Amino acid sequence: MGTIEAGKRRRGRWLSRLLTVHGIVGYVFLYFPIIILVVFSFNASRYASGAWRGFSLEWYATLFSNEAIGVALKNTLVVAGVSTFVSTVFGTMVALAMERYRFWGKLAFDALLYLPIIIPDIAMAVMLLLFFVLGRARLSLVTIIISHVAFNISFVAVVVRARLAYFDISLEEAAQDLYANEWQTFRRVTLPLIMPGILGGALLAFTLSIDDFVITFFTSGPGSTTLPLRIYSMVKLGVTPEINALSSVMLLVSMGLVLLSFLLQKGGGQGIEIV
Amino acid sequence: MEAQPRSRRETWRLLFLISPSFFWLVVFFLFPLLLVLGISFGQRGTYGGVRWDLTLDNYVRFFDPLYMRIFGRTVIIALVTTVICLLAGYPLAYFIATRPPGRRNAMLLLLMIPFWTNFLIRTYAWLLILRDQGIINILWTGALHSFLSQAATVVPLPIWEPLLEATAVSLKLFGTDGAIIVGLVYAWLPDMVLPCYAAVERLDYSLVEAAQDLYASRLKSFLRVILPLTMPGIVAGSILVFIPSLGAYVTPDLLGGAKSIMIGNVIYSQFMSARDYPFGSAVSFVLMAVMLIGTLVYFRMGAE
Repeated sequence: MGTIEAGKRRRGRWLSRLLTVHGIVGYVFLYFPIIILVVFSFNASRYASGAWRGFSLEWYATLFSNEAIGVALKNTLVVAGVSTFVSTVFGTMVALAMERYRFWGKLAFDALLYLPIIIPDIAMAVMLLLFFVLGRARLSLVTIIISHVAFNISFVAVVVRARLAYFDISLEEAAQDLYANEWQTFRRVTLPLIMPGILGGALLAFTLSIDDFVITFFTSGPGSTTLPLRIYSMVKLGVTPEINALSSVMLLVSMGLVLLSFLLQKGGGQGIEIV
Repeated sequence: MEAQPRSRRETWRLLFLISPSFFWLVVFFLFPLLLVLGISFGQRGTYGGVRWDLTLDNYVRFFDPLYMRIFGRTVIIALVTTVICLLAGYPLAYFIATRPPGRRNAMLLLLMIPFWTNFLIRTYAWLLILRDQGIINILWTGALHSFLSQAATVVPLPIWEPLLEATAVSLKLFGTDGAIIVGLVYAWLPDMVLPCYAAVERLDYSLVEAAQDLYASRLKSFLRVILPLTMPGIVAGSILVFIPSLGAYVTPDLLGGAKSIMIGNVIYSQFMSARDYPFGSAVSFVLMAVMLIGTLVYFRMGAE
Protein backbone atom coordinates (compact mmCIF):
# COMPACT_ATOMS: atom_id res chain seq x y z
CA MET A 1 0.00 0.00 0.00
CA GLY A 2 2.86 2.34 0.84
CA THR A 3 4.32 1.77 -2.61
CA ILE A 4 1.06 2.71 -4.33
CA GLU A 5 0.96 5.99 -2.40
CA ALA A 6 4.59 6.64 -3.28
CA GLY A 7 3.89 5.89 -6.92
CA LYS A 8 0.97 8.33 -6.89
CA ARG A 9 3.10 10.99 -5.32
CA ARG A 10 5.89 10.45 -7.82
CA ARG A 11 3.45 10.78 -10.68
CA GLY A 12 2.10 13.96 -9.06
CA ARG A 13 5.59 15.45 -8.89
CA TRP A 14 6.16 14.50 -12.50
CA LEU A 15 2.92 16.22 -13.52
CA SER A 16 3.74 19.39 -11.62
CA ARG A 17 7.18 19.48 -13.27
CA LEU A 18 5.53 19.16 -16.66
CA LEU A 19 3.25 22.07 -15.70
CA THR A 20 6.27 24.17 -14.75
CA VAL A 21 8.00 23.41 -18.04
CA HIS A 22 4.80 24.35 -19.86
CA GLY A 23 4.66 27.64 -17.93
CA ILE A 24 8.24 28.48 -18.83
CA VAL A 25 7.68 27.62 -22.50
CA GLY A 26 4.53 29.79 -22.47
CA TYR A 27 6.37 32.84 -21.19
CA VAL A 28 9.27 32.29 -23.59
CA PHE A 29 6.72 32.21 -26.43
CA LEU A 30 5.20 35.49 -25.20
CA TYR A 31 8.51 37.31 -24.80
CA PHE A 32 10.68 35.88 -27.59
CA PRO A 33 9.25 38.12 -30.39
CA ILE A 34 9.40 41.20 -28.17
CA ILE A 35 13.02 40.58 -27.21
CA ILE A 36 13.91 40.03 -30.87
CA LEU A 37 12.43 43.45 -31.71
CA VAL A 38 14.33 45.26 -28.97
CA VAL A 39 17.63 43.51 -29.73
CA PHE A 40 17.45 44.27 -33.44
CA SER A 41 16.58 47.92 -32.81
CA PHE A 42 20.19 48.28 -31.58
CA ASN A 43 21.70 46.46 -34.55
CA ALA A 44 23.91 48.55 -36.84
CA SER A 45 22.82 46.45 -39.85
CA ARG A 46 20.60 48.11 -42.43
CA TYR A 47 18.28 45.09 -42.41
CA ALA A 48 15.52 44.79 -39.85
CA SER A 49 16.38 41.18 -39.06
CA GLY A 50 19.90 41.02 -40.55
CA ALA A 51 23.06 39.55 -39.01
CA TRP A 52 24.55 41.36 -36.02
CA ARG A 53 26.78 44.25 -37.17
CA GLY A 54 27.48 45.79 -33.78
CA PHE A 55 25.66 48.00 -31.30
CA SER A 56 24.24 51.26 -32.66
CA LEU A 57 21.75 53.95 -31.67
CA GLU A 58 21.48 55.08 -35.28
CA TRP A 59 17.87 53.93 -35.69
CA TYR A 60 16.74 55.82 -32.62
CA ALA A 61 18.43 58.93 -34.01
CA THR A 62 16.61 58.62 -37.37
CA LEU A 63 13.38 57.88 -35.52
CA PHE A 64 13.52 61.03 -33.41
CA SER A 65 14.42 63.21 -36.40
CA ASN A 66 11.52 61.78 -38.44
CA GLU A 67 8.96 64.57 -38.71
CA ALA A 68 6.15 62.40 -40.06
CA ILE A 69 6.34 60.27 -36.93
CA GLY A 70 6.23 63.37 -34.75
CA VAL A 71 3.01 64.49 -36.48
CA ALA A 72 1.53 60.99 -36.19
CA LEU A 73 2.41 60.90 -32.48
CA LYS A 74 0.69 64.24 -31.92
CA ASN A 75 -2.44 63.04 -33.77
CA THR A 76 -2.48 59.81 -31.77
CA LEU A 77 -2.28 61.67 -28.46
CA VAL A 78 -5.02 64.12 -29.47
CA VAL A 79 -7.35 61.30 -30.54
CA ALA A 80 -6.59 59.17 -27.47
CA GLY A 81 -6.80 62.09 -25.05
CA VAL A 82 -10.10 63.52 -26.28
CA SER A 83 -11.82 60.17 -26.86
CA THR A 84 -10.68 58.88 -23.46
CA PHE A 85 -12.01 61.96 -21.69
CA VAL A 86 -15.40 61.91 -23.43
CA SER A 87 -15.91 58.17 -23.15
CA THR A 88 -14.84 58.09 -19.50
CA VAL A 89 -17.39 60.75 -18.55
CA PHE A 90 -20.20 59.21 -20.60
CA GLY A 91 -19.28 55.63 -19.70
CA THR A 92 -19.19 56.37 -15.96
CA MET A 93 -22.55 58.14 -16.13
CA VAL A 94 -24.22 55.29 -17.95
CA ALA A 95 -22.62 52.74 -15.60
CA LEU A 96 -24.16 54.55 -12.61
CA ALA A 97 -27.56 54.54 -14.31
CA MET A 98 -27.38 50.87 -15.29
CA GLU A 99 -26.31 49.69 -11.82
CA ARG A 100 -28.77 51.85 -9.87
CA TYR A 101 -32.00 51.99 -11.83
CA ARG A 102 -34.52 49.75 -13.45
CA PHE A 103 -36.33 51.29 -16.41
CA TRP A 104 -38.33 50.49 -19.50
CA GLY A 105 -36.19 49.06 -22.33
CA LYS A 106 -33.20 48.45 -20.09
CA LEU A 107 -32.49 45.00 -21.49
CA ALA A 108 -32.35 46.32 -25.06
CA PHE A 109 -30.12 49.20 -24.03
CA ASP A 110 -27.85 46.76 -22.19
CA ALA A 111 -27.47 44.77 -25.42
CA LEU A 112 -26.69 47.95 -27.36
CA LEU A 113 -24.08 48.82 -24.75
CA TYR A 114 -22.33 45.45 -25.07
CA LEU A 115 -22.51 45.16 -28.86
CA PRO A 116 -19.51 47.42 -29.69
CA ILE A 117 -17.32 45.12 -27.55
CA ILE A 118 -18.48 41.97 -29.30
CA ILE A 119 -18.53 43.16 -32.91
CA PRO A 120 -15.25 42.62 -34.83
CA ASP A 121 -13.42 45.86 -35.49
CA ILE A 122 -13.49 45.41 -39.27
CA ALA A 123 -17.33 45.36 -39.21
CA MET A 124 -17.49 48.44 -37.02
CA ALA A 125 -14.95 50.19 -39.24
CA VAL A 126 -17.05 49.49 -42.34
CA MET A 127 -20.23 50.73 -40.67
CA LEU A 128 -18.67 54.00 -39.63
CA LEU A 129 -17.00 54.57 -43.00
CA LEU A 130 -20.33 54.15 -44.80
CA PHE A 131 -22.05 56.42 -42.31
CA PHE A 132 -19.48 59.18 -42.76
CA VAL A 133 -19.19 58.82 -46.54
CA LEU A 134 -22.95 58.78 -47.16
CA GLY A 135 -23.37 61.64 -44.69
CA ARG A 136 -20.77 63.55 -46.72
CA ALA A 137 -18.63 64.16 -43.65
CA ARG A 138 -15.01 65.08 -44.29
CA LEU A 139 -12.82 62.31 -42.85
CA SER A 140 -10.46 63.84 -40.31
CA LEU A 141 -9.33 63.62 -36.70
CA VAL A 142 -12.92 64.47 -35.71
CA THR A 143 -14.37 61.38 -37.40
CA ILE A 144 -11.64 59.23 -35.78
CA ILE A 145 -12.46 60.65 -32.34
CA ILE A 146 -16.22 60.09 -32.84
CA SER A 147 -15.51 56.46 -33.77
CA HIS A 148 -13.17 55.86 -30.84
CA VAL A 149 -15.72 57.25 -28.39
CA ALA A 150 -18.32 54.92 -29.94
CA PHE A 151 -16.38 51.80 -28.90
CA ASN A 152 -14.74 53.16 -25.74
CA ILE A 153 -17.99 54.09 -23.94
CA SER A 154 -18.81 50.39 -23.70
CA PHE A 155 -15.40 49.37 -22.32
CA VAL A 156 -15.42 52.13 -19.69
CA ALA A 157 -18.99 51.22 -18.70
CA VAL A 158 -18.07 47.55 -18.21
CA VAL A 159 -15.07 48.36 -15.98
CA VAL A 160 -16.93 50.95 -13.87
CA ARG A 161 -19.95 48.65 -13.48
CA ALA A 162 -17.68 45.88 -12.17
CA ARG A 163 -16.52 48.34 -9.52
CA LEU A 164 -20.06 49.51 -8.70
CA ALA A 165 -21.22 45.93 -8.23
CA TYR A 166 -19.15 45.80 -5.01
CA PHE A 167 -20.37 49.19 -3.84
CA ASP A 168 -21.88 49.29 -0.37
CA ILE A 169 -24.98 51.50 -0.75
CA SER A 170 -25.26 52.00 3.04
CA LEU A 171 -22.25 54.33 2.84
CA GLU A 172 -24.32 56.73 0.73
CA GLU A 173 -27.25 56.42 3.11
CA ALA A 174 -24.95 57.20 6.03
CA ALA A 175 -23.76 60.36 4.28
CA GLN A 176 -27.35 61.46 3.67
CA ASP A 177 -28.28 60.73 7.27
CA LEU A 178 -25.51 63.18 8.16
CA TYR A 179 -27.29 65.84 6.08
CA ALA A 180 -25.07 65.68 2.99
CA ASN A 181 -27.07 66.73 -0.07
CA GLU A 182 -27.08 64.56 -3.19
CA TRP A 183 -24.21 66.35 -4.88
CA GLN A 184 -22.08 66.26 -1.73
CA THR A 185 -22.81 62.56 -1.30
CA PHE A 186 -21.73 61.87 -4.87
CA ARG A 187 -18.66 64.10 -4.73
CA ARG A 188 -17.40 63.01 -1.28
CA VAL A 189 -18.53 59.38 -1.02
CA THR A 190 -19.50 57.74 -4.31
CA LEU A 191 -16.87 59.25 -6.58
CA PRO A 192 -13.81 58.51 -4.39
CA LEU A 193 -14.99 54.94 -3.87
CA ILE A 194 -15.45 54.17 -7.56
CA MET A 195 -12.38 56.20 -8.63
CA PRO A 196 -10.11 53.14 -9.14
CA GLY A 197 -12.75 51.73 -11.52
CA ILE A 198 -13.03 55.03 -13.41
CA LEU A 199 -9.25 55.35 -13.73
CA GLY A 200 -8.99 51.72 -14.79
CA GLY A 201 -11.66 52.30 -17.44
CA ALA A 202 -9.93 55.46 -18.64
CA LEU A 203 -6.61 53.66 -18.91
CA LEU A 204 -8.21 50.85 -20.89
CA ALA A 205 -9.90 53.37 -23.21
CA PHE A 206 -6.61 55.22 -23.70
CA THR A 207 -4.75 52.00 -24.52
CA LEU A 208 -7.45 50.79 -26.92
CA SER A 209 -7.43 54.16 -28.65
CA ILE A 210 -3.64 54.24 -29.09
CA ASP A 211 -3.70 50.62 -30.20
CA ASP A 212 -6.51 50.81 -32.73
CA PHE A 213 -5.57 50.42 -36.35
CA VAL A 214 -8.54 49.05 -38.31
CA ILE A 215 -11.27 51.50 -37.25
CA THR A 216 -8.87 54.45 -37.42
CA PHE A 217 -7.71 53.39 -40.88
CA PHE A 218 -11.28 53.42 -42.25
CA THR A 219 -12.33 56.68 -40.61
CA SER A 220 -9.17 58.74 -41.23
CA GLY A 221 -8.64 61.20 -44.03
CA PRO A 222 -5.63 62.97 -45.50
CA GLY A 223 -3.57 64.63 -42.78
CA SER A 224 -5.01 62.60 -39.92
CA THR A 225 -2.44 59.83 -39.81
CA THR A 226 -1.97 58.27 -36.38
CA LEU A 227 0.97 56.23 -35.12
CA PRO A 228 -0.53 52.79 -35.92
CA LEU A 229 -1.36 53.97 -39.46
CA ARG A 230 2.22 55.21 -39.81
CA ILE A 231 3.64 51.89 -38.57
CA TYR A 232 1.38 50.00 -40.97
CA SER A 233 2.53 51.96 -44.00
CA MET A 234 6.16 51.63 -42.90
CA VAL A 235 5.79 47.85 -42.62
CA LYS A 236 3.99 47.69 -45.97
CA LEU A 237 6.59 49.80 -47.78
CA GLY A 238 9.46 47.68 -46.55
CA VAL A 239 10.75 46.52 -43.23
CA THR A 240 13.49 48.80 -41.84
CA PRO A 241 15.31 48.85 -38.50
CA GLU A 242 13.64 52.20 -37.78
CA ILE A 243 10.37 50.33 -37.13
CA ASN A 244 12.25 48.18 -34.61
CA ALA A 245 13.30 51.33 -32.75
CA LEU A 246 9.76 52.76 -32.87
CA SER A 247 8.34 49.43 -31.67
CA SER A 248 10.78 49.32 -28.75
CA VAL A 249 9.82 52.83 -27.66
CA MET A 250 6.10 51.97 -27.84
CA LEU A 251 6.78 48.77 -25.94
CA LEU A 252 8.34 50.79 -23.13
CA VAL A 253 5.31 53.08 -23.02
CA SER A 254 2.83 50.18 -22.84
CA MET A 255 4.89 48.54 -20.08
CA GLY A 256 4.53 51.77 -18.12
CA LEU A 257 0.77 51.78 -18.72
CA VAL A 258 0.40 48.16 -17.56
CA LEU A 259 2.37 48.88 -14.40
CA LEU A 260 0.20 51.93 -13.77
CA SER A 261 -3.02 49.98 -14.19
CA PHE A 262 -1.69 47.23 -11.94
CA LEU A 263 -0.90 49.72 -9.19
CA LEU A 264 -4.35 51.29 -9.61
CA GLN A 265 -6.02 47.91 -9.26
CA LYS A 266 -3.93 47.13 -6.21
CA GLY A 267 -4.86 50.46 -4.66
CA GLY A 268 -8.49 49.55 -5.26
CA GLY A 269 -8.06 46.36 -3.27
CA GLN A 270 -9.33 44.14 -6.09
CA GLY A 271 -7.69 41.54 -8.25
CA ILE A 272 -7.20 42.12 -11.94
CA GLU A 273 -10.49 43.07 -13.52
CA ILE A 274 -9.36 44.61 -16.76
CA VAL A 275 -9.40 42.17 -19.63
CA MET B 1 -29.55 47.85 -5.43
CA GLU B 2 -31.46 48.45 -8.66
CA ALA B 3 -34.69 50.33 -8.23
CA GLN B 4 -37.32 52.16 -10.23
CA PRO B 5 -36.82 55.93 -10.12
CA ARG B 6 -38.97 57.02 -7.17
CA SER B 7 -39.56 60.70 -7.87
CA ARG B 8 -39.65 63.02 -10.85
CA ARG B 9 -36.27 64.25 -9.73
CA GLU B 10 -34.81 60.75 -9.95
CA THR B 11 -36.36 60.25 -13.37
CA TRP B 12 -34.60 63.37 -14.58
CA ARG B 13 -31.34 62.18 -13.08
CA LEU B 14 -31.68 58.82 -14.83
CA LEU B 15 -32.30 60.59 -18.15
CA PHE B 16 -29.31 62.86 -17.57
CA LEU B 17 -27.02 59.90 -16.85
CA ILE B 18 -28.14 57.84 -19.81
CA SER B 19 -28.77 60.28 -22.63
CA PRO B 20 -25.18 61.12 -23.71
CA SER B 21 -24.25 57.45 -24.17
CA PHE B 22 -27.66 56.65 -25.60
CA PHE B 23 -27.36 59.44 -28.16
CA TRP B 24 -23.82 58.47 -29.11
CA LEU B 25 -24.52 54.76 -29.46
CA VAL B 26 -27.73 55.27 -31.42
CA VAL B 27 -26.29 57.85 -33.84
CA PHE B 28 -22.76 56.47 -34.26
CA PHE B 29 -23.36 52.78 -33.77
CA LEU B 30 -26.94 51.56 -34.16
CA PHE B 31 -27.78 53.80 -37.11
CA PRO B 32 -24.57 52.89 -39.05
CA LEU B 33 -25.31 49.22 -38.28
CA LEU B 34 -28.78 49.51 -39.81
CA LEU B 35 -27.29 51.48 -42.70
CA VAL B 36 -24.95 48.58 -43.50
CA LEU B 37 -27.88 46.18 -43.37
CA GLY B 38 -29.86 48.41 -45.73
CA ILE B 39 -27.00 48.92 -48.18
CA SER B 40 -26.34 45.18 -48.32
CA PHE B 41 -29.66 44.94 -50.21
CA GLY B 42 -28.73 47.77 -52.59
CA GLN B 43 -26.69 47.77 -55.77
CA ARG B 44 -23.36 49.15 -56.77
CA GLY B 45 -23.69 52.44 -58.65
CA THR B 46 -21.73 53.16 -61.83
CA TYR B 47 -19.16 55.33 -60.07
CA GLY B 48 -18.88 53.25 -56.92
CA GLY B 49 -21.81 54.80 -55.04
CA VAL B 50 -24.93 52.96 -53.92
CA ARG B 51 -28.12 52.50 -55.97
CA TRP B 52 -31.17 51.79 -53.84
CA ASP B 53 -32.78 49.05 -55.93
CA LEU B 54 -33.63 46.27 -53.54
CA THR B 55 -31.93 42.99 -54.41
CA LEU B 56 -30.62 39.83 -52.78
CA ASP B 57 -27.77 39.60 -55.33
CA ASN B 58 -25.07 40.48 -52.81
CA TYR B 59 -26.01 37.60 -50.54
CA VAL B 60 -26.33 35.21 -53.49
CA ARG B 61 -22.88 36.27 -54.66
CA PHE B 62 -21.47 35.36 -51.24
CA PHE B 63 -22.27 31.71 -52.04
CA ASP B 64 -19.93 31.81 -55.00
CA PRO B 65 -17.32 29.00 -54.47
CA LEU B 66 -14.54 31.62 -54.39
CA TYR B 67 -15.97 33.37 -51.33
CA MET B 68 -17.24 30.17 -49.76
CA ARG B 69 -13.70 28.77 -49.83
CA ILE B 70 -12.30 31.89 -48.15
CA PHE B 71 -15.10 31.83 -45.60
CA GLY B 72 -14.53 28.14 -44.84
CA ARG B 73 -10.82 28.72 -44.45
CA THR B 74 -11.52 31.68 -42.12
CA VAL B 75 -13.73 29.55 -39.86
CA ILE B 76 -11.13 26.74 -39.79
CA ILE B 77 -8.27 29.13 -38.98
CA ALA B 78 -10.33 30.70 -36.18
CA LEU B 79 -11.27 27.27 -34.78
CA VAL B 80 -7.68 25.95 -34.88
CA THR B 81 -6.49 29.16 -33.20
CA THR B 82 -9.09 28.75 -30.45
CA VAL B 83 -8.20 25.10 -29.84
CA ILE B 84 -4.44 25.82 -29.68
CA CYS B 85 -5.07 28.76 -27.34
CA LEU B 86 -7.16 26.52 -25.09
CA LEU B 87 -4.65 23.64 -25.04
CA ALA B 88 -1.77 26.02 -24.32
CA GLY B 89 -3.63 28.61 -22.25
CA TYR B 90 -5.50 26.40 -19.79
CA PRO B 91 -2.39 24.67 -18.36
CA LEU B 92 -0.66 28.06 -18.28
CA ALA B 93 -3.58 29.51 -16.30
CA TYR B 94 -3.46 26.49 -13.98
CA PHE B 95 0.27 26.96 -13.53
CA ILE B 96 -0.11 30.65 -12.61
CA ALA B 97 -3.04 29.99 -10.27
CA THR B 98 -1.11 27.37 -8.30
CA ARG B 99 1.89 29.65 -7.55
CA PRO B 100 2.24 31.52 -4.24
CA PRO B 101 0.26 34.83 -4.29
CA GLY B 102 3.23 37.19 -4.67
CA ARG B 103 4.69 35.37 -7.63
CA ARG B 104 1.19 34.96 -9.08
CA ASN B 105 0.74 38.74 -9.36
CA ALA B 106 4.13 39.16 -10.99
CA MET B 107 3.24 36.45 -13.52
CA LEU B 108 -0.09 38.09 -14.32
CA LEU B 109 1.72 41.36 -14.84
CA LEU B 110 4.15 39.62 -17.22
CA LEU B 111 1.17 38.20 -19.07
CA MET B 112 -0.43 41.64 -19.48
CA ILE B 113 2.61 43.42 -20.92
CA PRO B 114 2.61 41.79 -24.39
CA PHE B 115 -1.19 42.00 -24.34
CA TRP B 116 -1.17 45.78 -23.90
CA THR B 117 1.49 46.25 -26.54
CA ASN B 118 0.34 47.60 -29.88
CA PHE B 119 -1.26 44.90 -32.00
CA LEU B 120 0.58 45.90 -35.19
CA ILE B 121 3.91 45.74 -33.41
CA ARG B 122 3.19 42.29 -32.04
CA THR B 123 2.30 41.07 -35.52
CA TYR B 124 5.28 42.83 -37.06
CA ALA B 125 7.58 40.98 -34.62
CA TRP B 126 6.39 37.69 -36.11
CA LEU B 127 6.98 39.04 -39.61
CA LEU B 128 10.64 39.53 -38.61
CA ILE B 129 10.80 35.97 -37.33
CA LEU B 130 8.93 34.14 -40.07
CA ARG B 131 9.72 35.89 -43.35
CA ASP B 132 12.11 34.45 -45.94
CA GLN B 133 15.04 36.55 -44.67
CA GLY B 134 13.76 36.33 -41.08
CA ILE B 135 15.34 35.09 -37.87
CA ILE B 136 14.35 31.44 -38.32
CA ASN B 137 15.64 31.30 -41.88
CA ILE B 138 18.88 33.09 -40.99
CA LEU B 139 19.51 30.35 -38.43
CA TRP B 140 18.29 27.62 -40.79
CA THR B 141 20.35 28.50 -43.85
CA GLY B 142 23.20 30.12 -41.91
CA ALA B 143 24.18 28.66 -38.57
CA LEU B 144 22.51 25.26 -38.97
CA HIS B 145 23.72 24.80 -42.55
CA SER B 146 27.36 25.59 -41.74
CA PHE B 147 27.22 23.42 -38.62
CA LEU B 148 25.94 20.52 -40.70
CA SER B 149 28.55 20.95 -43.41
CA GLN B 150 31.29 20.95 -40.77
CA ALA B 151 29.83 17.89 -39.14
CA ALA B 152 29.80 16.24 -42.56
CA THR B 153 33.54 16.80 -43.01
CA VAL B 154 34.31 15.42 -39.54
CA VAL B 155 32.06 12.36 -39.63
CA PRO B 156 31.25 11.33 -43.19
CA LEU B 157 27.82 9.70 -43.09
CA PRO B 158 25.16 9.45 -45.81
CA ILE B 159 22.55 11.24 -43.63
CA TRP B 160 24.21 14.66 -44.09
CA GLU B 161 23.42 14.92 -47.78
CA PRO B 162 19.60 15.40 -47.53
CA LEU B 163 20.00 17.58 -44.43
CA LEU B 164 22.44 19.86 -46.23
CA GLU B 165 20.12 20.09 -49.18
CA ALA B 166 17.19 20.96 -46.95
CA THR B 167 19.04 23.71 -45.10
CA ALA B 168 20.43 25.18 -48.33
CA VAL B 169 17.08 26.79 -49.15
CA SER B 170 15.01 28.90 -46.78
CA LEU B 171 11.82 27.53 -45.27
CA LYS B 172 8.52 28.76 -46.62
CA LEU B 173 6.90 30.05 -43.42
CA PHE B 174 5.66 33.50 -44.37
CA GLY B 175 2.46 33.63 -46.38
CA THR B 176 1.00 30.37 -45.09
CA ASP B 177 -2.08 29.61 -42.99
CA GLY B 178 0.34 28.38 -40.33
CA ALA B 179 1.92 31.83 -40.09
CA ILE B 180 -1.53 33.41 -39.65
CA ILE B 181 -2.40 30.91 -36.90
CA VAL B 182 0.88 31.59 -35.06
CA GLY B 183 0.19 35.32 -35.24
CA LEU B 184 -3.39 34.92 -34.00
CA VAL B 185 -2.42 32.58 -31.15
CA TYR B 186 0.25 35.03 -30.09
CA ALA B 187 -2.21 37.91 -30.21
CA TRP B 188 -5.06 36.25 -28.31
CA LEU B 189 -3.43 33.78 -25.91
CA PRO B 190 -3.78 36.14 -22.90
CA ASP B 191 -7.51 36.44 -23.74
CA MET B 192 -7.76 32.71 -23.05
CA VAL B 193 -5.44 32.62 -20.04
CA LEU B 194 -7.10 35.41 -18.03
CA PRO B 195 -10.66 33.99 -17.81
CA CYS B 196 -9.29 30.46 -17.26
CA TYR B 197 -7.05 31.81 -14.52
CA ALA B 198 -10.00 33.53 -12.85
CA ALA B 199 -11.95 30.24 -12.92
CA VAL B 200 -9.09 28.08 -11.61
CA GLU B 201 -8.27 30.59 -8.90
CA ARG B 202 -11.86 30.54 -7.62
CA LEU B 203 -11.85 26.73 -7.59
CA ASP B 204 -12.53 25.24 -4.17
CA TYR B 205 -9.64 22.80 -3.95
CA SER B 206 -11.21 20.83 -1.10
CA LEU B 207 -13.64 19.39 -3.69
CA VAL B 208 -10.68 17.96 -5.62
CA GLU B 209 -9.26 16.52 -2.40
CA ALA B 210 -12.63 14.99 -1.61
CA ALA B 211 -12.66 13.30 -5.02
CA GLN B 212 -9.18 11.93 -4.44
CA ASP B 213 -10.09 10.71 -0.96
CA LEU B 214 -12.84 8.73 -2.65
CA TYR B 215 -10.15 7.07 -4.79
CA ALA B 216 -10.77 9.04 -7.97
CA SER B 217 -7.65 8.96 -10.14
CA ARG B 218 -5.96 12.23 -11.07
CA LEU B 219 -7.43 12.08 -14.56
CA LYS B 220 -10.89 11.33 -13.23
CA SER B 221 -10.84 14.09 -10.63
CA PHE B 222 -9.70 16.48 -13.35
CA LEU B 223 -12.40 15.43 -15.84
CA ARG B 224 -15.23 15.15 -13.29
CA VAL B 225 -14.42 17.96 -10.86
CA ILE B 226 -11.89 20.54 -12.05
CA LEU B 227 -12.98 20.74 -15.69
CA PRO B 228 -16.74 21.22 -15.05
CA LEU B 229 -16.08 23.78 -12.32
CA THR B 230 -13.78 25.86 -14.54
CA MET B 231 -16.03 25.56 -17.61
CA PRO B 232 -17.28 29.18 -17.42
CA GLY B 233 -13.68 30.38 -17.81
CA ILE B 234 -13.10 28.06 -20.75
CA VAL B 235 -16.30 29.26 -22.47
CA ALA B 236 -15.47 32.93 -21.93
CA GLY B 237 -11.87 32.46 -23.10
CA SER B 238 -12.92 30.56 -26.22
CA ILE B 239 -15.35 33.29 -27.24
CA LEU B 240 -12.77 35.99 -26.58
CA VAL B 241 -10.33 34.19 -28.90
CA PHE B 242 -12.72 32.92 -31.57
CA ILE B 243 -14.52 36.20 -32.31
CA PRO B 244 -11.51 38.42 -33.05
CA SER B 245 -9.85 35.56 -34.96
CA LEU B 246 -12.91 35.25 -37.20
CA GLY B 247 -12.84 38.97 -37.99
CA ALA B 248 -9.06 39.22 -38.26
CA TYR B 249 -7.71 41.62 -40.84
CA VAL B 250 -4.23 42.79 -39.77
CA THR B 251 -2.76 39.34 -39.05
CA PRO B 252 -3.62 37.74 -42.42
CA ASP B 253 -2.68 40.97 -44.17
CA LEU B 254 0.82 41.07 -42.68
CA LEU B 255 1.62 37.37 -42.22
CA GLY B 256 -0.57 35.72 -44.86
CA GLY B 257 0.95 37.53 -47.82
CA ALA B 258 -1.03 37.68 -51.05
CA LYS B 259 -2.20 34.06 -51.10
CA SER B 260 -3.55 33.34 -47.62
CA ILE B 261 -6.48 35.67 -47.09
CA MET B 262 -9.40 35.65 -44.69
CA ILE B 263 -12.89 37.11 -44.80
CA GLY B 264 -11.66 40.33 -43.17
CA ASN B 265 -9.41 40.95 -46.16
CA VAL B 266 -12.37 40.43 -48.52
CA ILE B 267 -14.35 43.11 -46.67
CA TYR B 268 -11.35 45.40 -46.71
CA SER B 269 -10.82 45.10 -50.46
CA GLN B 270 -14.52 45.61 -51.24
CA PHE B 271 -14.41 48.95 -49.46
CA MET B 272 -10.88 50.14 -50.17
CA SER B 273 -10.13 48.93 -53.70
CA ALA B 274 -13.19 47.44 -55.44
CA ARG B 275 -15.48 50.17 -54.03
CA ASP B 276 -18.38 47.72 -54.05
CA TYR B 277 -20.05 48.96 -50.87
CA PRO B 278 -23.22 46.80 -51.14
CA PHE B 279 -21.31 43.53 -51.49
CA GLY B 280 -18.82 44.54 -48.77
CA SER B 281 -21.78 45.35 -46.50
CA ALA B 282 -23.38 41.97 -47.19
CA VAL B 283 -20.14 40.14 -46.34
CA SER B 284 -19.69 42.09 -43.09
CA PHE B 285 -23.29 41.42 -42.15
CA VAL B 286 -22.85 37.69 -42.68
CA LEU B 287 -19.69 37.85 -40.53
CA MET B 288 -21.54 39.64 -37.72
CA ALA B 289 -24.49 37.25 -37.90
CA VAL B 290 -22.26 34.16 -37.76
CA MET B 291 -20.43 35.61 -34.79
CA LEU B 292 -23.53 36.53 -32.84
CA ILE B 293 -25.14 33.15 -33.46
CA GLY B 294 -21.90 31.38 -32.53
CA THR B 295 -21.66 33.37 -29.30
CA LEU B 296 -25.26 32.66 -28.32
CA VAL B 297 -24.99 28.93 -29.04
CA TYR B 298 -21.76 28.73 -27.10
CA PHE B 299 -23.21 30.52 -24.09
CA ARG B 300 -26.20 28.15 -24.14
CA MET B 301 -23.85 25.17 -24.21
CA GLY B 302 -21.81 26.63 -21.36
CA ALA B 303 -24.93 27.29 -19.32
CA GLU B 304 -26.04 23.66 -19.48
